[in-house]
Amino acid sequence: MAQAKSSILERSADKAAALTPARMSRSIKGLSDRAVAWWFIAPTIILLLAINIFPLIWAVKLSFTNYKANRLNAVVKDVGLRNYERILTDPDIWLAMQATAHFVFWTIFLQTLIGFALAYLIDRKFRGHAFWTTIILIPMMLSPAVVGNFWRFLYQPQIGLFNYIVTFFTGAEPSSFQMLGSVDLAPWAIVIVDTWMWTPYVMLICLAGLRSIPDYIYEAAEVDRASNWRRFWSITLPMALPFIMLAVLFRGIENFKMFDMVTLLTGGGPGSTTEVASITLKREAFEKWRTGYSSAFAIILFVAVFGLANIYVKALNRVKQR
Amino acid sequence: MQVIKGAMLALVASAASMTTQAQSNELTLCWAAWDPANALVEMSKEFETESGIKMNFEFTPWPNFADRILNELNSGGKLCDLLIGDSQWLGGSAENQHYVKLNEFFDAEGISMDDFAGAAVEAYSTWPKGTPNYWALPAMGDANGWFYRKDWFERADLQAEFKEKTGRDLAAPTTWDELIETSTFFNNREIDGNKVFGSAIFTERASEGITMGATSAMYPYGFKYENTPGSYDMEGAVNSADAIAGLEAYKELYKCCQPPGYTDSYMGEGLDAFKSGQVAMAMNWFAFFPGLVKDENVGGDKIGFFVNPAQNIAGSTLGGQGISVVSYTDNMDGALQYIKWFAKPETQAKWWSLGGYAVHNAVLNDPSFKDSQPFAGDFLTAMNQVKDFWQEPAYAELLAAMQKRLHDYIVADKGTAEEALNLLIEDWTEVFEDEGKL
Repeated sequence: MAQAKSSILERSADKAAALTPARMSRSIKGLSDRAVAWWFIAPTIILLLAINIFPLIWAVKLSFTNYKANRLNAVVKDVGLRNYERILTDPDIWLAMQATAHFVFWTIFLQTLIGFALAYLIDRKFRGHAFWTTIILIPMMLSPAVVGNFWRFLYQPQIGLFNYIVTFFTGAEPSSFQMLGSVDLAPWAIVIVDTWMWTPYVMLICLAGLRSIPDYIYEAAEVDRASNWRRFWSITLPMALPFIMLAVLFRGIENFKMFDMVTLLTGGGPGSTTEVASITLKREAFEKWRTGYSSAFAIILFVAVFGLANIYVKALNRVKQR
Repeated sequence: MQVIKGAMLALVASAASMTTQAQSNELTLCWAAWDPANALVEMSKEFETESGIKMNFEFTPWPNFADRILNELNSGGKLCDLLIGDSQWLGGSAENQHYVKLNEFFDAEGISMDDFAGAAVEAYSTWPKGTPNYWALPAMGDANGWFYRKDWFERADLQAEFKEKTGRDLAAPTTWDELIETSTFFNNREIDGNKVFGSAIFTERASEGITMGATSAMYPYGFKYENTPGSYDMEGAVNSADAIAGLEAYKELYKCCQPPGYTDSYMGEGLDAFKSGQVAMAMNWFAFFPGLVKDENVGGDKIGFFVNPAQNIAGSTLGGQGISVVSYTDNMDGALQYIKWFAKPETQAKWWSLGGYAVHNAVLNDPSFKDSQPFAGDFLTAMNQVKDFWQEPAYAELLAAMQKRLHDYIVADKGTAEEALNLLIEDWTEVFEDEGKL
């Protein structure tokens, strides 16, 4: 049987060789396996260089200039580190970074807490758990544009359902507070929406972590008469921790560059209260057309995310090795 | 073989010539998506019949209009042959050569700018400002004006109560003090079983809304951009006591009398508030007024109009646009032909009759003009007192800075009016320093 298979393969190879044009055949014969491998991956590498690496290098170059994309005829001057200096000393930029930090911290905290709790519940495999898993997953399947517009209506002070629910519980007049128009409430309004949308995603990852814990470990703990709390604290949590950390990493990176949903909900307002870094960057780049300045800001954000993610991945690896 | 080659070349050449012909027989006009744009489509059918050129239209919703079209111009795109662009774009589009300078064409075709309202020509056509360098033909005169529920204002019970409270008759406000007082009177009042609010004003953050709204208060109080025009000396002008008072007045109106949730509202939201019977008064561009008159619920006898109230002086925020030929067009002749057709007095008269705001003197000086629409007289008054934002090439940066500082102060309650205007001067100074103008 094996012999028959090998002869079929050989015949096919011979056929392919016969069909290969003589010129191409001569050039391929001269190539090593490594060279052939390079030929295969070259298109991908060229594509990556063209759409990722080149723009990055170009952005670094622009960040040291006063270039403005809407002034094609203007002379581009080298300004050294001036753009970086301006950004790092601009109080408005730091306010945007604070808004981002607030958003990232609270969304991750709430999503991890609720996501893990939901995963823990779903993992109990109660009756109808598959149905409820599907229901819980719906928000993350929606487009951020839909979610943003949908919640904008929910938060509308005169007709929005959210205000009426709050009224039901507190007795406050529905139009007496504005979730999106109030400086105090707007940052929390976007945290609520992001948590509603992305908690299922964290839940899924946590669920995968919980399902990967072998049953025999729990059986051994049961033999040792370990309490539920002890089992959770000594087995479930440590073994699911790498998954939780992975979810935190994914959500952290995503929320650091959050743009669409915040734009649809508040547009960065009221004032600049919810103006996260990516909105500031968009305004600098495509409203004020300060291309050099915004390139410098993008590089700073890139370095910050890349640096933090690297530190985090190292911590994640240490946890996995434990 | 030679015959085949020859036939192929002939085929390619004829295909190329057909393409060029098709292109030269079509024009694309870009503008914002709003009522007057529909009127222009209707009117342009006449041009199509006259010239044999097919007109295409590319209308972008207002919030994305600047972003989309400026991106198009900056990338040298060929989407638009003709563009009805905002007045503030003139400086940048002229200096970056996105627009064609029209002086020679006007001279050759006998089109005189003296035939158009002077304020409109300066605002929509000239760069540098006030010089006889024309980059556009005034196409759509516009200013920020007001409309109110005339039927509510005419109610005897409300009139009596208002007289008793304020000592004056309930009528369209003529000053900002009266406007705030009248708005406060109506705010939170129950009319026909519905709770209503004082006035809907512009508070939009992303594009230009709050600047256009707040300057409608600031100009009448005496706000100026520079002490001496062209000098960029903003200290004492931008943050003058009058400018501060104007900004405070706008915030007072926002705080007292906006419908709940109107923290990021512009043209559409203002119209919605009025049409749904939520507000007694609303500010908006004159361009929307023909549509409002025709509205089944709030139009006709129920609506009244008034020009932006004065305070220390008269002043209205300029809207409106000129029509320019985009320098990247493949159909320059066709585009210029359209401009020539549009400049004709009879075309301008038709433009006004269809709901466009013509600023041709033949239309404006017609004795019947004032009575042609219930807001026509106010439009004339407004166009004689208009003031515009910076039209500098760096207008986008200047506008973004003002949007931020005003929204921070008015909606987000950050700092005082004086602090907001001081910060605005800092922002603008930085822009002008970068531009090499300071």
